[in-house]
Amino acid sequence: MIPPAFEYVRAASVDEALAHLAKYGDDARLLAGGHSLLPLMRLRLAAPRVLVDIGRIRELAYVRAEGGELAIGALTTHHAVEQAAAVATAARALADAASVLGDPQVRNRGTIGGELAHADPAADYGAVVLALGGTVTAAGRGGRRTVAIDDWVRGPFTTALQPGEILLEYRAPAAAAREGSVYRKFARRASDYGMVGVAVRLGLGADGRCTSARIALSCVSDQPVRAQAAEAALAGRAPEGDAVREAAAVVLQGVRVADDPFCPADYRTHLAQVETARAIAEAAARARAA
Amino acid sequence: MKVRITVNGTLTEREIEPRTLLVHYLRDELGLTGTHVGCDTSNCGACTVLLDGDAVKSCTVLAAQADGGAVATVEGLAASGPLAALQEGFWEAHGLQCGFCTPGMLMAATQLLRRNPDPTDAEIRRGLEGNLCRCTGYANIVRAVRLAARKGA
Repeated sequence: MIPPAFEYVRAASVDEALAHLAKYGDDARLLAGGHSLLPLMRLRLAAPRVLVDIGRIRELAYVRAEGGELAIGALTTHHAVEQAAAVATAARALADAASVLGDPQVRNRGTIGGELAHADPAADYGAVVLALGGTVTAAGRGGRRTVAIDDWVRGPFTTALQPGEILLEYRAPAAAAREGSVYRKFARRASDYGMVGVAVRLGLGADGRCTSARIALSCVSDQPVRAQAAEAALAGRAPEGDAVREAAAVVLQGVRVADDPFCPADYRTHLAQVETARAIAEAAARARAA
Repeated sequence: MKVRITVNGTLTEREIEPRTLLVHYLRDELGLTGTHVGCDTSNCGACTVLLDGDAVKSCTVLAAQADGGAVATVEGLAASGPLAALQEGFWEAHGLQCGFCTPGMLMAATQLLRRNPDPTDAEIRRGLEGNLCRCTGYANIVRAVRLAARKGA
């Protein structure tokens, strides 16, 4: 399967890429690692007239811990996210996701910016960034702007990114002392999309009770979802026993759960509850060790 | 458009359509048919080559993206004659039946052993997660990689 014909232009800088986007408008799509866009083009589900290759803008490939935050450039590959010591320390759930996403070849090419901009409901980072919190920075012709992560995804394959804009960076609050995060994915086969993905970020007080809890899921609906009822069930309580069971029981409350022949909604809900309980336990263990 | 790609140490230069995939550049432009097209949807890994040292699925990379880069294919593993340790491992441990997945397995395993020269069986299986074998030869493939690691691939 060969993609439909297109014009190919290469941008050496963010400004050059913005200029190409301004020139070609809706005809243009950005190409980073290409591991979402090229398969879509080969299946003729996408047929952009112009591809703007931003894959060589090396200054967008970085992982930096700065001022209590972890900043990751849009062109950082999943492999680099998986390997970065700063990610393991400051946002462990991101490293968890990067290590189970696709396969080694895909992780060598795919980028965090591409995955966040593509906003596939089954993408692993979708849940992780919602649970970690933070912001996405985008550049347009009018300058830069920052979007809170809760406002990023607007629907299936749809984000707050406007036409003519480029995603530059994801920024997460770095884990503090007694904070831990985890991502767990349940998939049928190696390198498959998940049937359920759960990300949990917990902060514990000196008494072992939750001082903060964020829980989010991917692969369960038409976009990643925050599980605020489950978060509320943990508030001020030690993450064990009844508190965990109660949180897990309401983790998909209010969510229209995806239903398909391979994973009916009731089974997916069961999986989400089991994986949520396990993820809370793992995040709590990491928080105690941090 | 014109691309220049170093393949197995030799600089190649061709005028191509921008939509040319790297795997077609290798097979159709250069005649290097050792790299196979299997699933054609970036699942099976039969088309795996190294691009600037990293294993990639060449069915999901444009030749334009590889412009200026260096590609290593299965043909380069034993270019000078004797089989590479990985190839010997596959031979001795019966790591293939039909052989269709083998070039991709060899290139993925090449990256695996560069990143981790002494992998456990679990690490080998994880490192080859992106490569499918429909003869279900996985157990022998893992043995083959382990054998190659011992020989110092």
